[in-house]
Amino acid sequence: MAKVIAPSVDQDDEYFWEGVQRDQLLLQRCAACDTLRHPPVPMCGECHSTETTTLASKGEGSIHSWIVSRHPSEPDDDSRIVILVELDEGLRFVSNLVDIDMADVCNEMRVELCFRTIDGVKLPQFRPAGR
Amino acid sequence: MGTSDTAIIAGIGQTDFSKSSGRSELQLAAEAGIAAIRDAGMTPADIDGLVTFTLDTNDELLLARCLGIPELRFWSRTPHGGAGAHTTVQHASLAVRGGAAKAVLVYRAFNERSGRRFGQPNQRVTPPGWNWYLPFGLDVPAKTYSLAFQRYMYRFGLTNEDFGRYSVVARKHAANNPNAWFYQRPITIDDHQNSRWIVEPILRLLDCCQESDGGVAMVVTSADRAKDLPNKAAAIAAVADGHVRDGNVVFNYYLGDLGEFPEAKLMAKQLYEKSGLTPDDMDAAMLYENFSPIVFLQLEAMGFCGAGEANDFIKEGNIEIGGKIPVNTHGGLLGEAYIHGLNNILEGVRQIRGTSVNQVANAEHVMVAGGRSGMILSPA
Repeated sequence: MAKVIAPSVDQDDEYFWEGVQRDQLLLQRCAACDTLRHPPVPMCGECHSTETTTLASKGEGSIHSWIVSRHPSEPDDDSRIVILVELDEGLRFVSNLVDIDMADVCNEMRVELCFRTIDGVKLPQFRPAGR
Repeated sequence: MGTSDTAIIAGIGQTDFSKSSGRSELQLAAEAGIAAIRDAGMTPADIDGLVTFTLDTNDELLLARCLGIPELRFWSRTPHGGAGAHTTVQHASLAVRGGAAKAVLVYRAFNERSGRRFGQPNQRVTPPGWNWYLPFGLDVPAKTYSLAFQRYMYRFGLTNEDFGRYSVVARKHAANNPNAWFYQRPITIDDHQNSRWIVEPILRLLDCCQESDGGVAMVVTSADRAKDLPNKAAAIAAVADGHVRDGNVVFNYYLGDLGEFPEAKLMAKQLYEKSGLTPDDMDAAMLYENFSPIVFLQLEAMGFCGAGEANDFIKEGNIEIGGKIPVNTHGGLLGEAYIHGLNNILEGVRQIRGTSVNQVANAEHVMVAGGRSGMILSPA
């Protein structure tokens, strides 16, 4: 099993990790102008509001890019497939692809959100869509 | 040539490059520093500024004490590791042109192989912004960069073997460089393809830069000093940074298509505008390469070839000695050593001086860049 470096949560992203515990992938949204942003930051770069709300992602998207680490070091010496997901909401999110062989991974393939606990850390993950 | 950024690199110095220096990082900084000061025909009393990386462990005042610098008037540090390697020269140049200092020592020294290795995960540190990467397994630069490089491969149909052709060139250049760790050790494309995967399907071992121990330094001063120096100076025809919106930590995953390098485009555009020069005017290029694919992205972003054309450009021999734009004539960070990119600037100066082991005939203008930051060097 992969060894996971747990997130060190701070004021600007605690909403996200609380959402993960409820099986939600929460995208930060500006409360004033509705702009979505990821990764989150404490001020909207469009209107400079510091008020935020969240949007629960539908968890559907496609693979923009992907890698499989063969780096021999800890903590990830049991390789996970790392993907950059283009969410249908228009934002990109780094995650892992599960339930698939590396040989079957390709750019632009459709994926869907799931949640897995790995090495004691609950994380938003993605699997091939529609299976 | 525009004069907006004219300062000069008057002297260069370095230690040996190794895998185990056997001495402290402060000693490496001091050895490289005094070598650069002497090369500039100066004494430590002429130096009144210091610039290094935020990641450098050496305390400015301790280094000044080693060197015997009596009075310091300026210091600064540049963020983001190798991405800011060339920003050091921008800071030093601005300091001497603005009158904050008369001569600035730029330095970087570390035991990056025998001490803290950049190629290994550092679990003690989880700085802000890394929660989006570390828990998912992006814990070393080889992985973070590869997630962007893979999109480039997909977009333009490249394979890992294509990247290997850069590695072969870097090692060919290093094989002729006595300062290089891989002196007299060239590789073939078969060697590259037989090296183990680091990140599949993007990087093999021979696509990755070294981890090295060593120090390098240079003296930046004003152009009016150029005429009374013992060694030929290199004029900083232009120096610039480029960072765009949505950049994050080590690579911009969030803006546009990842098959491009918008930061390098913004940086290079400024260099050409400030200097009045064009890509065709460049006689050589020293391009920061933590990993081989970044050379492809930079060649395209800096206008040496078009988008998606770097593969054929390299195949046709254009980046070798005698080619259109020889790249990393010292062997680069893959072949010579990884001194965080600052050793590439020294090779740029040697090309202008005419003292490179792989000298480009009549080199007048040399691009020295690390994607987000860079400069054009010309005769002073």
